[in-house]
Amino acid sequence: MTATTAEAGRRRPIVLRTFRWARRFLLYLIVVGGSFVYMYPVFFMLRTSLTKESDLYVVPPIIVPLPPVWENYSIMWQNGPTWSWMKNSIIVVAFSVVAETITSVSVAYGFARTRFAARDKLFIGVLATMMLPGAVTLIPRWLIFHRLDMIDTLWPLLIPRLFGTPFYIFIMRQFFLTLPRELDDAARIDGASHLQILRKVVIPLSVPAIATIAVFSFMNRWNDFLEPLIYLLRTENLTLAVGLKFFVSRFGTEYHLLMAGAMLLIVPMIVAFFLAQKQFIRGIALTGIKG
Amino acid sequence: MASSSLSAKTTGLRTVPARLSRWRAIRKWIAGQEGWVFIFPWVVGFILLDLGPYIFALIISFLNWDVGRPPTYIGLRNYQAAFTDPLVGKSLWNTAFYTLFHVPGSTIIAFTVAGLLNQKVRGMPIWRTMYYIPSVTSGVGMALIWIWLFAPRGALNGMLGWFGIEGPRWLTSTTWAMPALIIMSFWGVGASMVIFLAGLQGVPQHLYEAAEVDGGGWWAKVRHVTIPMMTPYIFLSLILGVIGSFQVVTQALLMTGGGPDNATLFILLYIWIMGWNAFKMGYAASISWILFAIIFAATIVQFLGARRWVYYEYQEPG
Repeated sequence: MTATTAEAGRRRPIVLRTFRWARRFLLYLIVVGGSFVYMYPVFFMLRTSLTKESDLYVVPPIIVPLPPVWENYSIMWQNGPTWSWMKNSIIVVAFSVVAETITSVSVAYGFARTRFAARDKLFIGVLATMMLPGAVTLIPRWLIFHRLDMIDTLWPLLIPRLFGTPFYIFIMRQFFLTLPRELDDAARIDGASHLQILRKVVIPLSVPAIATIAVFSFMNRWNDFLEPLIYLLRTENLTLAVGLKFFVSRFGTEYHLLMAGAMLLIVPMIVAFFLAQKQFIRGIALTGIKG
Repeated sequence: MASSSLSAKTTGLRTVPARLSRWRAIRKWIAGQEGWVFIFPWVVGFILLDLGPYIFALIISFLNWDVGRPPTYIGLRNYQAAFTDPLVGKSLWNTAFYTLFHVPGSTIIAFTVAGLLNQKVRGMPIWRTMYYIPSVTSGVGMALIWIWLFAPRGALNGMLGWFGIEGPRWLTSTTWAMPALIIMSFWGVGASMVIFLAGLQGVPQHLYEAAEVDGGGWWAKVRHVTIPMMTPYIFLSLILGVIGSFQVVTQALLMTGGGPDNATLFILLYIWIMGWNAFKMGYAASISWILFAIIFAATIVQFLGARRWVYYEYQEPG
């Protein structure tokens, strides 16, 4: 026993180094390889959107289409009221991000930092609306907006954003609970009101978490499909995500045009993600989302 | 005790300040209600957009309501019809089948990828972003890309061709349409991946060191430290995964329209068809309550089961 250990000890450097090297190589292979597998659909979309139709099925496949066929984009753009879809999407998203973020932060502050009798019971209500399926409210909400004569307008997509969104309230509350209470106590002694504490003490410390819910809001509203689908009727009133549904039937197998349309939807997401990435990752790490 | 006897004494001695102090108490009580101002938007929204609609949905489900005609009360007949509707059964089965593969599959993938991304590898921000991008772009954009990837002469069948396999006509095949949607769903695991990554960074290093002292290898550390410490995150991911998975609709609407031969008819898609194509609002509402009951039951069962396997190291503050 002792002899073999000694022998192994003498041999260890090379064996261990080879072993460790192999393990690191394997790790890099899996991490980098996997990331390319995940990005493949996006690369593929970009490539197809710049390829001539006649080159779609060439074997071996063209990896970088040269010269890039930019006309695909102008053909795609002119195939529907793309500009008004874009405009509608921008209105909905800009309004939603601002409204949802402000109200969710305010409500979360109420649940995390003020005290009143019904507070914790009401917070169970927040958790319930987060967990219960939204499918049930789809029909009654539609009938209500129908009665209010708001079908085929953007109002049904804007009004519900004014009341705080349960998931974002939950994230922000969890984050506020991690901030040391001594900070607000100090501000309170200096005579600050809750509103001043929120603005001067809590918000400056919560930038990553606020950025996180703003990015979530941006992504969810930009990609939102079912709500605009049921509320909007006329072609020119649609948002971009729903408008692209028409591309599927119109372009059929003209995949180069379909991919140009998909790019229109995806590029703003990727840009937004890169702009907010640092805050975003930090925000998620800090909030410690957990049951 | 002491304080109450003290206050009794003071009220006995000086009546006017006592009334003042009651006034002060009321003012203090009002000041204590300041929190309502902050949560007010949510309370209003909860009543108007959640509680109200839930009650309204229950009423609608007892009505025969074709939009355009006045609704009439028909009792439980919508529910009776739903329970005998073969397409309700079919769409529930499809949804359950999707959930059965999507939720465990994407949880395992997200967990594995998060584990890999938690290693010390150069250029990590780049790789992490590349895993995350498909989730950022989820929904319509991704559905469009996958229509093309799954096309009869698309990329996926091209790759299968390298191995001499003739790929199926994915989205127009009754056998392969559902597996296609499940495969595609594995590209959208970014959100749970980020949650797991955050969790992994919170696992105390000393536990790994302790496992090493005990002679534990790589697998032992995963099995006895990482997984137990991560159970709260896994649990959350499963709960939200099942809720989301039962309400999946966008991909089917765009990619298959529920077909071929209802092979990808999900329950929420059927609700949409009944509500907004057939305009049978009462019937659609009754199906949405069946969906509600299933999701609710699944969530309760998971919470009850959680006691056996979810490990909470300490109580959440607050």
